[in-house]
Amino acid sequence: MALDKFFRRRRAQPTEGSDIPDLWSKCPACKENIYNKDLEAELYVCPKCAFHHRLSARRRVEVLLDQGTFMQQSGHVRPVDVLNFVDTETYPARLLRAQRKTGQPDAILTGTGELLGLKLTVAVMDFEFSGGSMGSVVGEEISRAAEGAAQAGLPLLLVAASGGARMQESALSLMQMAKTTVALERLSKAGLPYISLLTDPTTGGVTASFATIADVIVAEPGALIGFAGPRVIQQTIRQSLPEGFQRSEFLLEHGMVDLVTDRREQRAVLHSVLSILTRQPGAKPEQADPVQADLVQADTSHASELQASGGEQ
Amino acid sequence: MSVSPDPSSPNPVSSQQTILTELEARLGDLKATAQRTGSDLSAITLPLQAQIEALRARIGAALASVPTPPMSRWERVQLARAPGRPTSLDYVELLTTDFTELHGDRAYGDDPALIGGPARWQDRPVMLLLQQKGRDTKGKIKRRFGMSNPEGYRKAIRLMDLAEKCGLPIICLIDTPGAYPGIAAEERGQGWAIAESIQRMVRLRVPAVCAVIGEGGSGGALAVGVGNRVLIMENAWYSVISPEACASIIWKDPAKAPEAAEALRLTAPDLLELGIVEEVIAEPPGGAHLDPAASAGFLGEVVSRHLDELALLSAEELLTQRGERFRRLGAFLEG
Ligand SMILES: [Zn+2]
Repeated sequence: MALDKFFRRRRAQPTEGSDIPDLWSKCPACKENIYNKDLEAELYVCPKCAFHHRLSARRRVEVLLDQGTFMQQSGHVRPVDVLNFVDTETYPARLLRAQRKTGQPDAILTGTGELLGLKLTVAVMDFEFSGGSMGSVVGEEISRAAEGAAQAGLPLLLVAASGGARMQESALSLMQMAKTTVALERLSKAGLPYISLLTDPTTGGVTASFATIADVIVAEPGALIGFAGPRVIQQTIRQSLPEGFQRSEFLLEHGMVDLVTDRREQRAVLHSVLSILTRQPGAKPEQADPVQADLVQADTSHASELQASGGEQ
Repeated sequence: MSVSPDPSSPNPVSSQQTILTELEARLGDLKATAQRTGSDLSAITLPLQAQIEALRARIGAALASVPTPPMSRWERVQLARAPGRPTSLDYVELLTTDFTELHGDRAYGDDPALIGGPARWQDRPVMLLLQQKGRDTKGKIKRRFGMSNPEGYRKAIRLMDLAEKCGLPIICLIDTPGAYPGIAAEERGQGWAIAESIQRMVRLRVPAVCAVIGEGGSGGALAVGVGNRVLIMENAWYSVISPEACASIIWKDPAKAPEAAEALRLTAPDLLELGIVEEVIAEPPGGAHLDPAASAGFLGEVVSRHLDELALLSAEELLTQRGERFRRLGAFLEG
């Protein structure tokens, strides 16, 4: 595999991909057996059908940022059960399980790093932690990331992946929608751009707050993005939902997102937009990521196909 | 933050005592400010003093009479939805003059579940933003039971622009089970509209007083809930999710809503304890539906008092106060 040497650093961690066998895995979309190394090389996008696998926050950072540039800032605040919330189990028990599964204190990872040499602040939600649900910690970390970016004069890139607000913190979770908006206002006042990347799935309170007030909204192909969940809508209106409803392409068609961008092109696209919005020079050829350059060459037919679906028709 | 949840169920007397304690603290603060700055705040402190006296008398009477059984959180949710409970427009009729409803979002349509326009609130010129449920079956259907489409939030944004331009304070009366979950709502960006309305409120250079008068359902309520003051009526609820939806997710059974209501701690006293609201507005014994006029009296008095307090602040102070108020909400451990 010619591309393999470029992707060694993006090798899957043994703790992740629990049901993926060692060498091959079946694509949930096209049912083809895919060689895992190929899947890694394609940044966890199916080489046959372009299905975008969900990524943990850690892996997302690896895929988006230049190798070795990520400096983590999050992790100093931990969730707490102020409401003594008990349903089928206690909230602390749920938290502990999610923390053991992900090795993270909550559903968010933030820090600074470089994208094709461009410095930025990133905040990445982690769907593997309790469905990426937004409670006080997620709200606080996103707020600190936005304020930190404003202070450091860096643009902010947020990657959304969330089922919505966290029930176990009730109204406190709801208030995070307003809190993060307040913090993002600092960034706005500093004249710094804010880009959100919506991934599968982004629903509920996250869609109704920080994720959709970004200056530029990019969506990953095929992602479910909406306020009300499809099941809730179906129960309310009692009729079947149209094909492709609440998917990225549907939202592009309805004018709700700026771009639908294949994961394998995101670094290049994000760099182009951010470097211009921050009035910095474009990526120099020698600065360009060998991974990206190779990829585009290796798969030009696919790339043009994607441009056709994401751009003008 | 330190929050020690009260294990016992709330009951009318204890919740009124919570309100009383809060009011007394507020009066103390105001008196201290008046003394320190040498300014005359009697326009605010005198009505507050009167309110405290009235509440004390009522608590005394309640304690002297047969003790009322403790009310569960679910019972309060039912009071918030009781037939005949005053809607936003009932309060408008009882408390305001010269209300002119302004229609439409100037882009797509007019939402009947979120309405608004200029009015005089107990003689104060204000901009009203009202979540309106129907008063009868026909009205309920017309107004989608108080559930807005994106046009409602976009109309709210346009009216906030107007209020700011004209220097009018904004009063939001919140009463919605949530934003409408429909195909068209999603096509037109329900999440986007709510997010933009929240952002517009964060940026307001005029005072905003928000009061949950019935149901405060999730993001659909917060969209018009980012005020300098957030108030809630004694038997209203405010939560990230309705008890029924919470029960459906957790127990796969909407009939478990009473359990969900307990877990969510969504009542007025709960929210006061969590620091999410500044003040609980008392209701007549048995609930607002039993005496809408008295209920309007309490609402009018409290909202007006907060408006008068906020009138003393500059645009910058209002922005800072509102921003800091919401920025510090949340519970977590540091380190
Ligand atoms: Zn596939």
